[in-house]
Amino acid sequence: MDIALIGRIVPVFVQAAWTTVELSLLSLALGLAVAALVAMLRLSHVAALRFAGAAYVSVFRGTPALIQIFLLYFGGPQVGIQFEPFAAGAIALGLNIAAYMAESIRGGVLSVDRGQMEAARSLGFGEGQSMRWIVLPQAAKLMIRPLGVNAVALVKGTALVATISVVELTYTAQRFIGSTYKPFEIFAVTAVLYMIMVYGLTLLIDRLDRAYAGEA
Amino acid sequence: MNDTRPMIEVRGARKFFGPLEVLKGIDFSVARGQIVAVIGPSGSGKSTLLRSINHLETLDGGEVWLDGVQVNQKLDRRSFERHINGVRQQMGMVFQHFNLFPHLNVAENITIAPIKLKGMAKAEARALALKMLDKVGLADKIDAFPARLSGGQKQRVAIARALAMQPKVMLFDEATSALDPELVDEVNLVMKQLASEHMTMVIVTHEMRFAAEVADRVIFMADGAVVEEGSPAEFFRNPKQERTRSFLKKFLNG
Amino acid sequence: MQGLDFSIVPEYWPLIGKGLWWTVVISTASAVLSVLAGIGFALLVLYASPVVRYPVRLFMWLFMGTPLLLQLFLIYFGLVQIGIDIPAIWSGIIALSLHFAVYNADIFRAGIAALDKGQTEAARSLGFGAWRTRIYIVVPQAVRGTVPAVGNMMIALLKESSIVSMIGIAELVHSAQLVISETYRPFEFYLTAAALYYGLNLILEAVLRGIERKVELSR
Repeated sequence: MDIALIGRIVPVFVQAAWTTVELSLLSLALGLAVAALVAMLRLSHVAALRFAGAAYVSVFRGTPALIQIFLLYFGGPQVGIQFEPFAAGAIALGLNIAAYMAESIRGGVLSVDRGQMEAARSLGFGEGQSMRWIVLPQAAKLMIRPLGVNAVALVKGTALVATISVVELTYTAQRFIGSTYKPFEIFAVTAVLYMIMVYGLTLLIDRLDRAYAGEA
Repeated sequence: MNDTRPMIEVRGARKFFGPLEVLKGIDFSVARGQIVAVIGPSGSGKSTLLRSINHLETLDGGEVWLDGVQVNQKLDRRSFERHINGVRQQMGMVFQHFNLFPHLNVAENITIAPIKLKGMAKAEARALALKMLDKVGLADKIDAFPARLSGGQKQRVAIARALAMQPKVMLFDEATSALDPELVDEVNLVMKQLASEHMTMVIVTHEMRFAAEVADRVIFMADGAVVEEGSPAEFFRNPKQERTRSFLKKFLNG
Repeated sequence: MQGLDFSIVPEYWPLIGKGLWWTVVISTASAVLSVLAGIGFALLVLYASPVVRYPVRLFMWLFMGTPLLLQLFLIYFGLVQIGIDIPAIWSGIIALSLHFAVYNADIFRAGIAALDKGQTEAARSLGFGAWRTRIYIVVPQAVRGTVPAVGNMMIALLKESSIVSMIGIAELVHSAQLVISETYRPFEFYLTAAALYYGLNLILEAVLRGIERKVELSR
């Protein structure tokens, strides 16, 4: 192990890891917003909307995230959509994870006992009111863990945007492996940074889940 | 005021679950202040009938009326939604499995509907909750969460929740069937008290003794039809139909 | 803006088709290896001596906490620098296999742990040794219960196999890239590749459903 090398590259890698964090947060926010919408479509009473939601989930889960990124970044300009690599990456990752998160949200809603909706309706609450005040608060607790799994997958998935030259952690690692010929030192530094993010997030989700899902 | 008009009227109620006809054209009515017990073997359609009064089941044929207003009238989706929410506010429904809202404490369970649907002020709603809880003997549990209550206590809170909307009728769907035997009485006691206050009630139950004690009229259903109905005295002492006799015999022996 | 023209796609079918074929080959090989290695890891984590168990756990922990693309770069660009030269295609298969073996191992471990103790006791009482009991009695039963979860991993593997295009293996994505560098029509050919993945995915899902049904019947 070349400790001196590690000491020298750590600042650069921390910077790159911060880009990974930014990417993750942006795609997470976009993903959650789109996922909520898609989940609503999938739970709709209108068959056409349900189909649209199911189609979204099926298409985005049925094709590789890498191609979704390439389609947006390289193919986008052909149809008049042009983004910087970072933005293209964040959007493509967000749209991709949204398909998985929509299923987590839907699963949470469907796991709430049917009697809850019935009891709310029998009191005179409308469908939307029952959903908002009775079903969703309970479903939210059931979603923490599956959404957390999605978020962890997203953090690791951000590595894919290295392929469109976003200078995040994996891209930086690849460049330094090529220039220093010290693959294991580079891998060690990169792995530690990823694991701080991944296992830190896992820990956070565990705590959230225990704090909120406990008394349901 | 037209007090002779029935509070609940069901005409020709029909309901299918797939190919199975679970309600085969039911007619019955409940007068103001009357207490009707509906009994019958499981699968007889008694719960489906009760649930369709609250429109939790949509009838395939027939009409349901509450105090001169048709519950299942044909309207466009949006109008019907508004209509049914209004109608349901006038009916209290008590479920076999309580269906308390586990994320809300007892006070919030009771006040959420008055606050959100009637625009009641929070303090007023809490006072109302206290009054309703007093009625079911659980005033001391006002800040507890449902998970901390026994089954009997949960069901009493569920009754208080329904009463807080000041309904015209109360519908009980096997309110004590999910309870341990020693917890049944406390719920029955609350229902008897309501009866003494002349609340209009429809009680779907499998407890013959309770039905005999509390009901003004007993309806016996089997296979989606009303087989026999009458006052508890004549129904239990002198059933006319063979089907009723065999049901009662089986029940009394078992 | 250039406008879209899908009419040129069929012309490049030979190249795309070959890429599709390699995607199938690489995914299948990696799927099989990842299941076998997954079972191996699970057994080591559960039953091996601490000297073996802890390094395996550390390895699993490392691979679960880092992205596949990074692991691929390490194996392909990294190992060669310390004198281990693995051809691209094998680097791709090894990376995919190891990455998914780790997840599979976690699933198998839970499946084995959930198995009734009585099964082991019954086998031991018949005279099976500890390892024979595990391999003949415990693993076959535990694996059955994990079919849906491992199936989901295989669906993920098929899609993630696209990542090996980054080290120049001419699978579907890389073939599309080759065509695009010639035609400058990224949208048409990436969409074509996406459609082909979607088709493969549907086939894989149907196959997995078939396996699940079979396993369900034999339980």
